[in-house]
Amino acid sequence: MQFWIIQGLNSLSLGGLLFLLSSGFSLIFGLMRLANLTHGAFFMLGTYFGATALRSWDGLNIWVTALGAGIAVAAIGGLFERLVLTRLKTNPLGQVLVTLGMSFIISDACLMLWGGDSIPVPTPQNLQSPTRVLGFVFPTYRLVLVGCAIGAAIVLYFLMERTRLGAMIRAGVDDRQMARAVGIPVSNLFTVVFCLGAGIAGAGGVLGGPILSAYPGLDGDMLPLALIVVILGGIGSLLGAFIGSFIIGFIYTFGTALFPELAYIILFLPMIFVIAFRPQGLFGRVGA
Amino acid sequence: MTPLISNHALEIINLNKAFGGLSVTQNVSLAMRPGERRLIIGPNGAGKTTLFNQISGDLRPNSGQIKLFGTDVTQFAPYKRAHFGLSRTYQIITLFTGDTLEHNITLGLLGLRPSRWQMWRPLSFYGDLATEARRILDAVGLLHLAAHPVSDIAYGEKRRVELAMALAQRPRVLLLDEPLAGLSNTERSTVKSLIASIPRETTVIMIEHDMDTALDLAETVTLLNYGRVIVDGDRDAVIADERTREVYLGV
Amino acid sequence: MDCPLFLLLPFFAGDFYINLASQILIAAIFALSLNLLVGYGGMTSLGHASYLSVAAYISALMTSRYGLGHVSAAFISIAGTTAMAAFFGVIALRASGLGFLMITLALSQVLWGRAYRMSNVTNGDNGIAGLTRPMPFGISLDSAASFYWCALIVASFAYLMMAIFVSSSFGSSLKGVRDQPRRMAALGFNPWMIRWITFIYAGFWGGVSGLLYVYYNKYIHPTSLSTTSSAEALLGVIAGGSGTLGGPVVGAALVLLLKNYASAYIERWNMLLGLVFLFIVLVMPTGIVPGLGRLVTGLRRGSR
Repeated sequence: MQFWIIQGLNSLSLGGLLFLLSSGFSLIFGLMRLANLTHGAFFMLGTYFGATALRSWDGLNIWVTALGAGIAVAAIGGLFERLVLTRLKTNPLGQVLVTLGMSFIISDACLMLWGGDSIPVPTPQNLQSPTRVLGFVFPTYRLVLVGCAIGAAIVLYFLMERTRLGAMIRAGVDDRQMARAVGIPVSNLFTVVFCLGAGIAGAGGVLGGPILSAYPGLDGDMLPLALIVVILGGIGSLLGAFIGSFIIGFIYTFGTALFPELAYIILFLPMIFVIAFRPQGLFGRVGA
Repeated sequence: MTPLISNHALEIINLNKAFGGLSVTQNVSLAMRPGERRLIIGPNGAGKTTLFNQISGDLRPNSGQIKLFGTDVTQFAPYKRAHFGLSRTYQIITLFTGDTLEHNITLGLLGLRPSRWQMWRPLSFYGDLATEARRILDAVGLLHLAAHPVSDIAYGEKRRVELAMALAQRPRVLLLDEPLAGLSNTERSTVKSLIASIPRETTVIMIEHDMDTALDLAETVTLLNYGRVIVDGDRDAVIADERTREVYLGV
Repeated sequence: MDCPLFLLLPFFAGDFYINLASQILIAAIFALSLNLLVGYGGMTSLGHASYLSVAAYISALMTSRYGLGHVSAAFISIAGTTAMAAFFGVIALRASGLGFLMITLALSQVLWGRAYRMSNVTNGDNGIAGLTRPMPFGISLDSAASFYWCALIVASFAYLMMAIFVSSSFGSSLKGVRDQPRRMAALGFNPWMIRWITFIYAGFWGGVSGLLYVYYNKYIHPTSLSTTSSAEALLGVIAGGSGTLGGPVVGAALVLLLKNYASAYIERWNMLLGLVFLFIVLVMPTGIVPGLGRLVTGLRRGSR
């Protein structure tokens, strides 16, 4: 029983992390029709920033760090989008290739700056003591992560459904040409969304640090997960990304715990299933 | 129940298609005799091209049947319907822009031949394809441009190539989706005379948004609006019908 | 192709350069096979390294662990790789464009993960070493020159076969499906079948390059399955020019040379690879060979 509860919580916290990772990816894919292969690297960059900051300054608030890293990564993403991606509007394949190239650049830069060893990230002190719920003991930080994901989901929901910016983004996802025709500044929107997506990934990286640690190859581990979540949940759907994240969180956690030898296969099987039988994902919008 | 005498070239039986909540084809039924020339008209958004897409197989209907010469082709993929004698042109030019006119027609001819699977011999080996392609280009008055890439020729000429490609396979049923759209007056009369000279072995259905231009090519007319058949019958009867006027004036 | 130069290379170059040339030949076959998909089929795959590696692994296992002779091992290896391509093709072709890219990436990631995990079979991170080269007709391929000539024969044959393929009527159908899939279907061509057959054929030649790869290195390691591997191949194809047959050969050679020379001076190969990607896509999107072709045409016109 203990096993199931612990793994259940681990699934939830992984799901929360995955949402932070993939919500940005889903937004970018939905609006810009771009499979941003740099996304894992953005996340990893955040984790490394967080690792350095939290280890150098004792007692630094993790939320502040996450925000700071998010802004830094968003800025890098924005520069990349403006300088490189906008020049490739007519070359969708080229866009994917440069995001791949950028991911190589970032991951090698991280290797250069932080070396090849894994850097553990300290859990914030005030969240270190475990929480007792119903007689079971849970690591507090993992519970907090779930809360973060829910919080981010709520904020994003409000952004998308209740603000003008969100309305423009949704219009762009549904029908890009029409949105342009009614005067929506689509290319500026692209930059905003790319920055937003990168920023959330960066912030998520910081928050994921205490659980994952910062290590070379983190980007390669996280990117396929983001891909799977978005394929499962559906392109351009935040609800899909949310639910998909938790489904994958559960599949991955229980799968690795129960069948460690089949780790990768368990992960990709749902993706292959979805593509074969429901290519638009669970909640996908079939946009123009 | 009436006896099923399938001497119809194309039969559409109770076709229905909806996208989400929007019904684009509602209970459409049509029957065409071999050699018939039918015009489908209706205002924008009436569902004419959607109907064509279901006939060609690019779109799957929610319910209903499509029969070609008595065979139920509703579940057939588009390429299979081509082998049953169906051919079509598109509203938007879908030619192979980087290739020559001759190559475009050659591809059109290759589609139904077993030699399309040949992985050894170059296409140029099949001399009869080239000869036939040139003959077809000549028939539409474009032989002099045979070696030119499609990207080089004028819009009206491209429309003629589209038509030539669709006719290359000597189809039994031909769908023409707005073949006269965007053409100048001279180009229009050229294409119209080409359509008029299509042999009787081919049954022709045409979509035209502008009624007047294509009427003299049609024997029967179907009026669609909001995905439904409003009027259907001989050309003169449909023109005279009150509902036709309503649809076009009321819009 | 400058035949005399290629044939006579071992007579005037040292072993280092002959070996480099062999590696270029192997990379060329690999890039050509990928180009069948990317350039002629319009299907961009990020998992092509799967075919090279799996073929290499099967051959390595058959010879080292099961004691099979090279001929049988090669046969099983190519058969297995081609079957895998058929299977992967069915899955990957459920999607197109970006979906296809993501599936091919995912499938090769699965293999990559498995290669590390299944260490009782693949030896995991240690790789499989101590392999031998085959001895066709009793001739040893251990010297740089003899391997080079063997690779040259295989590469020339591969090039010829693929050239025949792309200029055949099937090849024309493939290009047609790449350009206007809906139109092709309406004309009676079966787009899925055409793509699937091409996918299998590309996997077959990828496997062939994998055999040469494992014979040359006498060693195989899971990194051959990494995304970096597939990305290098893709870069070679695109840098050289995916619309042509010669482009990928030039591109593969360039990527290999860059990798060899750069790693002598710079530690950061991945970063350089990324930068080169950016440069090529931004500055020469159609690739070097078409770019040079245009340059030559422009110069000819200018000199009149």
